[in-house]
Amino acid sequence: MSYSTTVDHEEHHDHPSGMLRWLTTTNHKDIGTMYLTFSLIMFMVGGAMIMAVRAELFQPGLQLMHPEFYNQLIGVHALVMIFAALMPAATGFANWMLPLQIGAPDMALPRLNNWGFWLLPPAAILLTLPFTLALFGIGDGAIATGWTFYAPLSVQGGIGVDFAIFAVHLLGISSVMGSINIIVTIFNMRAPGMTLMKLPLFAWGWLITAFLLIATIPVLAGAVTMLLTDRHFGTHFFDAAGGGDPILFQHLFWFFGHPEVYILLLPVWGFIPQILSTFARKPIYGYKAQVYSLCAIGVLSVVVWAHHFFTAGMPVPALLYFMYSTMAISLPLAVLFYCWIATIWRGSMTFETPMLFAIGWIILFGIGGLTGLVLADVAADAQYHHTYFVVAHFHYTLFAGGIMGIMAGVYYWLPKMTGHMYNEKLGKLHFWLTAISFNLTFIPQFFLGLAGMPRRIPDYALQFSEFNMISSIAAFTLGLTQLLFVYNIVSCARGGKKATDKVWEGSNGLEWTLPSPPPYHTFNEQPVIR
Amino acid sequence: MARLRITRIWQCLLGALLPLTAHADYAWNFPKPVTPMALDTLQVHNKFMIIVMVIFVVVLGIMIYSIVMHRKSRDYQPAGFTGPSTRAQLFWTLVPFAILLYIDFILMGIPAFHSVVAMEDTRTDADMVIKVTGSQWRWQYEYMDGPAKGISFVSNMTTPQEQINNQAAKNPEYLLEVDNPLVLPTDKKVRVLLTSSDVIHNWWIPAFGAARDAIPGFLRETWVKIEEPGTFRGQCKELCGKGHGFMPAVVIAKNEEDFNAWATSKKAELQAAAAGADKEWTKEDLIANGKGIYEKNCAVCHQVGGQGLPPAFPALTGSKIATGPILDKDNKMVKDGHLDRVMNGKGVMPAWKGILNDTEIASVITYERNALGNSLGDMLQPAQVKAMR
Repeated sequence: MSYSTTVDHEEHHDHPSGMLRWLTTTNHKDIGTMYLTFSLIMFMVGGAMIMAVRAELFQPGLQLMHPEFYNQLIGVHALVMIFAALMPAATGFANWMLPLQIGAPDMALPRLNNWGFWLLPPAAILLTLPFTLALFGIGDGAIATGWTFYAPLSVQGGIGVDFAIFAVHLLGISSVMGSINIIVTIFNMRAPGMTLMKLPLFAWGWLITAFLLIATIPVLAGAVTMLLTDRHFGTHFFDAAGGGDPILFQHLFWFFGHPEVYILLLPVWGFIPQILSTFARKPIYGYKAQVYSLCAIGVLSVVVWAHHFFTAGMPVPALLYFMYSTMAISLPLAVLFYCWIATIWRGSMTFETPMLFAIGWIILFGIGGLTGLVLADVAADAQYHHTYFVVAHFHYTLFAGGIMGIMAGVYYWLPKMTGHMYNEKLGKLHFWLTAISFNLTFIPQFFLGLAGMPRRIPDYALQFSEFNMISSIAAFTLGLTQLLFVYNIVSCARGGKKATDKVWEGSNGLEWTLPSPPPYHTFNEQPVIR
Repeated sequence: MARLRITRIWQCLLGALLPLTAHADYAWNFPKPVTPMALDTLQVHNKFMIIVMVIFVVVLGIMIYSIVMHRKSRDYQPAGFTGPSTRAQLFWTLVPFAILLYIDFILMGIPAFHSVVAMEDTRTDADMVIKVTGSQWRWQYEYMDGPAKGISFVSNMTTPQEQINNQAAKNPEYLLEVDNPLVLPTDKKVRVLLTSSDVIHNWWIPAFGAARDAIPGFLRETWVKIEEPGTFRGQCKELCGKGHGFMPAVVIAKNEEDFNAWATSKKAELQAAAAGADKEWTKEDLIANGKGIYEKNCAVCHQVGGQGLPPAFPALTGSKIATGPILDKDNKMVKDGHLDRVMNGKGVMPAWKGILNDTEIASVITYERNALGNSLGDMLQPAQVKAMR
């Protein structure tokens, strides 16, 4: 194999080093690393925000902050976690692993890739800057409308809304750039012999995600632009007094917002089977069924948007349509669950950290999925809607199903990326503390929601005290536990036991045929798939 | 020995938790339903929960079995299958799919259909109509027909700020108490019309199962048929700005006789208050009366000290409107002047003429012009307000 001897030769290549390397790089691995680092930083920022919120909710009464500031924290927490933590993490993996997995030397459009990343930091600054500006008496802080920007509240809001609108524009452009790159790479750069039906599932998950992003991000961009003109240029898109309709905003927003949920999760659904297969030492079960299910979910996700605002009032046929189509998503999703479980069934399992996260992920994401099925029922949804039941449900899908999945991926590929093994004991500790404190945080919230606690309230009635206290304590534990994660990643990047090329006994796929870490230019000789 | 220690830890943990359960008000499910819709919702919810629990336990059971049995440390040899290969296997892969299809569209789908149709049917056999208007951050109730027809009032939260700021012990109904609860008759189908004067709110009382957005510029509707007398409490549940957590909705359900008696006395009370318009008031009385009205109705937005919350809620201190002329030289209302704004509203400022009576409007305007850092020295008589209606 020719690539193993090229490692030293790589060093002589003429590419910048130090800071300039990172600023100007078009190398998919460098950009992937930047995406992942950015994501980790923003994950901690978003986490710190919600720690403050949980501290406020520790007891009834207002202890730490004004309701206005509280609303800003919950809104920016969501925007940061979705756009600046979860999405860049998935894009980071795509940049790192897609070329490796499909036998390509790099991404197809490297310069676009560089731009895609460098739009993110300014967007993150735009999101968080209003907090700082408010300290100096400029404006009244960040966006305080929740992440959904619902008009007319957002029309009425302060300068923070404008900042958020521009941040969303930048994030959207970045996502569309990333998506174009991924689609072009997958369609054009596959190694000879790698047909679409031999594509790794991670690539499939991302391919569908990329199409969803290109289909829906422009709708969000349009919606927030209309909001901007309503705010400053005298239009009345969302103002009934001028002939507009506030519910129009919700339709536009959720036409993006619902697929967004799947945009966050589809890449994870792609690599989880690979992890399960590796540690069960058994091939992926039902590859084709999974591909078709991923496609079906992609299509269904764009036709169910209105289930997010059943209580806004809709004609009965619309309610029924959105109810049944939402329930229908459970079918392809159930196929995926079936395949994941059949993949570990009669395997020869070991339980390294990535496997622990992957199995924990199936169970916890299962809770998120099943409670989502309940939410689809219009009649029951009137009770669940905008309560902590929904908060708990979507944290089971987005934290357990999204972020814990990403963590599985991090531990799975970290030795490949850094060339060093991470600390397995710390990794396991991280998993168990995360899983336990996560459940203790959000199970009480299911009950809070059923008992009638609305979400996004800074203070609550006395009957909700005990569960909130439990939830807060567990949330602090969950937050602090993530410091272990950061420590483990940083120490792994700085050194440690050398990782072998194959890293995991049961791993298969092109990325494991390369040295750890892979050479700067991934494949000098194109692999051939038979 | 180890087992003993674990038992002891368990006992300590339980001991630590026990005092918590002793007086904690844990609620594990929806509040007791008092309307057909809430009962229906609870039943749907319970049924659904059982189904998803069963699915979860079965799937988890299969996974745990596999995790315990099929592990490398037990030297289990991995199988190599990648999909169903025999007809029997194919059958068993399709069974879960079929079960789910059955649950989604038959077992739950059909009752859900009927629930939705019943939920949306606000008009059949409706006995009375009320209108609920949400505004930042209070509810306004209007009786459109029936014995209480014509009654309208504003419902504000009454929890004192000291309790919210933890400077005083909290009432048992902390954050769920109002000055003017909505009173409804039991066993009558009440059609509830909802709208809003500023942003989207959501009128929600968990025991009723009815939750519907109140949307500015549009009418939305739902219905309740309360089956037992009592006091039922809920909150706004659509994020509506800084006061979102402080916008309770309280309904007192009375039987028909008590409801009629309440309607009669409430009408008399409102009439007596309106009669105040015919008497000549002193400035001091108007200011004193206006203070309470301001703090109840205006302070949530314009703040107790009148400094406002720009940009949505302008300051009243030194404001052009609140210090400008009220009436022009022909004794007509100045367009966009102080009285016009209060009476007819503008933008997110609600029109108060339907909510406050003449005395209240005159008092609050006089207060705003002679307090909150303003000292114009003029005043407005209730009779003048009455003349402008």
